[in-house]
Amino acid sequence: MLNKLALGTALGALAASGALAQDITVKLGVLNDRSGIYADLSGEGSAVATRMAVEDFGAADKGMSVEVISADHQNKPDVGSNIARQWYDVDGVNAIVDVPTSSVALAVADITAEANGVLLDSGAGSTSLTREQCQPTTVHWTYDTAALANGTGGAVTNAGGKKWFFLTADYAFGHSLEENTMAVVKANGGEVVGNVRHPFPSQDFSSFLLQAQGSGADVIGLANAGGDTVNAIKQASEFGITQAGQSLAALLMFVTDVHSLGAETAQGLNLTEAFYWDQNDATREWSARFEEQMGAKPTMVHAGAYSATMAYLAAVEALGSAEDGRAIVAKMREMEIDDPLFGKVKVRADGRAIHDMYLFEVKTPAESEGEWDLYKQISSISGEDAFLPMLDECDFSKM
Amino acid sequence: MFELLGIPPQVLLGQLLLGLINGSFYAVLSLGLAVIFGLLNIINFAHGALYMAAAFVAWMLLEYLGIGYWPALILAPLIVGAFGVLLERTMLSRLYHLDHLYGLLLTFGLALIIQGLFRNYYGISGLPYQIPEALSGGRNLGFMFLPNYRAWVVVASVLVCFGTWFMIEKTRLGAYLRAATENPVLVGAFGINVPLMIMLTYGFGVALAGFAGVLAAPIYSVNPNMGADLIIVVFAVVVIGGMGSIMGAILTGYMLGLVEGLTRVFYPEGSAVVIFVIMAIVLLIKPEGLFGRTA
Repeated sequence: MLNKLALGTALGALAASGALAQDITVKLGVLNDRSGIYADLSGEGSAVATRMAVEDFGAADKGMSVEVISADHQNKPDVGSNIARQWYDVDGVNAIVDVPTSSVALAVADITAEANGVLLDSGAGSTSLTREQCQPTTVHWTYDTAALANGTGGAVTNAGGKKWFFLTADYAFGHSLEENTMAVVKANGGEVVGNVRHPFPSQDFSSFLLQAQGSGADVIGLANAGGDTVNAIKQASEFGITQAGQSLAALLMFVTDVHSLGAETAQGLNLTEAFYWDQNDATREWSARFEEQMGAKPTMVHAGAYSATMAYLAAVEALGSAEDGRAIVAKMREMEIDDPLFGKVKVRADGRAIHDMYLFEVKTPAESEGEWDLYKQISSISGEDAFLPMLDECDFSKM
Repeated sequence: MFELLGIPPQVLLGQLLLGLINGSFYAVLSLGLAVIFGLLNIINFAHGALYMAAAFVAWMLLEYLGIGYWPALILAPLIVGAFGVLLERTMLSRLYHLDHLYGLLLTFGLALIIQGLFRNYYGISGLPYQIPEALSGGRNLGFMFLPNYRAWVVVASVLVCFGTWFMIEKTRLGAYLRAATENPVLVGAFGINVPLMIMLTYGFGVALAGFAGVLAAPIYSVNPNMGADLIIVVFAVVVIGGMGSIMGAILTGYMLGLVEGLTRVFYPEGSAVVIFVIMAIVLLIKPEGLFGRTA
């Protein structure tokens, strides 16, 4: 009798502290590009990172039963929307993780809000996720085009690259990155001498590079991503553009892209990331475990999937349920997050995760000590400076 | 100095030269397609995948065996060509008596499988492949900086294209080949091994794609999608030139490279579609293609 009473009291105390975890079941769906151009920077790696988060969180020990499933959205909004609906309505998924490709992410954000799930976005870049199309169930974790523009655009302009020419992928993402960066360049006293919009995707950039060369710009800003950026940089080096004194600014580039180019071609490039595997002991330890499973170092998108999942699980544990997406995101906004990979993170009232961003320079082959030893850190940019200020209509703490 | 629509002539010259370089790739690839279609009646959709495979083979030769660019320029097309022969013997040869569509479907499926395999093993970001030492650097032509490697691409493609044309149109072997496509039974009756010739022709067409793949490896990202991005354009080139016309494929390849180059100056957003616009016009006005022999 006494035992039962004691147990009851203990349970009551647990319930009061919100830590009654015994019967919480959580289902996470990792939705990203598993076969197309973003498959290396997100893809299976993000699913691996999410499962690592579940393990490291100690979900099983805390009595939480967490299942991770994954699917390929093929970078198509219609495909992504269908999977998201199926996951929420039929399969009982509580949160969707990663979702690169802004057009897909924006569609999934709306569906998530309708279903009262949670979107933990790591891979997409559009600032619209927490601005024009903000939702109370969206957490945008890793980066956005404004942070990239502020990082690389600001640093390069301040370092003397005043005249810019933009090479822009001709679709929504490229336009938005170009626009953000142009604003930063002008704010820092630079000027834009021209731009060219190239079809997406493109193989040959020689023609556009020649136009950039003729423009007399100091800096050629590459407002594109993935294979386009890789090809443009490869060919800029071939055409002697960098040797002739013009510099390149890759506005969105992942460590997998730099690895693909090799230090020989990519050396000296400035780029902005939220995470690099070789930053400190915690990132190195985590990245080594990741590499064991994936055979490659993680990108910031993978790291973001991990950290966002950790924060999400903590909020679920605190609430004792994964059912109410709005409540979970509200809880995430309250939490003081000290993440092993991103450091101090604050989820703002509009869903934007505020953390430091870093400006890196690609090492020369002489400096690089291994195939993945690619970056040296130039500076860090505080979260307040990197991300855009919150829009009033997206302040969900008031709603 | 005169200016054309606000573009100085030096810039225009530079862009024309670049167009010619891109045209070189179109020419070599569409030539391979034209040879295969002209002599086998197979619409080889796997062409882009085999072009990509050759770029990967060049990378593998360097990475695993330490074999550099120059030997790879011969070896990789041979390896990919041998793979083509294998495909022809085991699969394509069963489809010759069927409609074109079956060959197209089979090769399309093969292309997806080949791309999927490479994607699975090597990921999508691509692999680095450096320009060979002897061709690095470039020269200033006054109106533009021409990398030595690009000059080599033009020279190599012109040699290969016209060599192939000469072999098929002007030699005894070529005459046999053309005769075998006209009437395989009769040519066989003269004691010529027609299946062997057809097999080698497919292998040769594939090797041409392989040659283009190795040429492309140092300047484009070596990734599993590099062929898929290109193959549709190359098909358009073949259609414009006239299905099965060898010289048509070559000349159209260079010509469309030039047109695309000019579009990149005057209206860059349209450079991805200009070739298809031309294709539509050609199909409307001259459906057999610019150099097509039969309507």
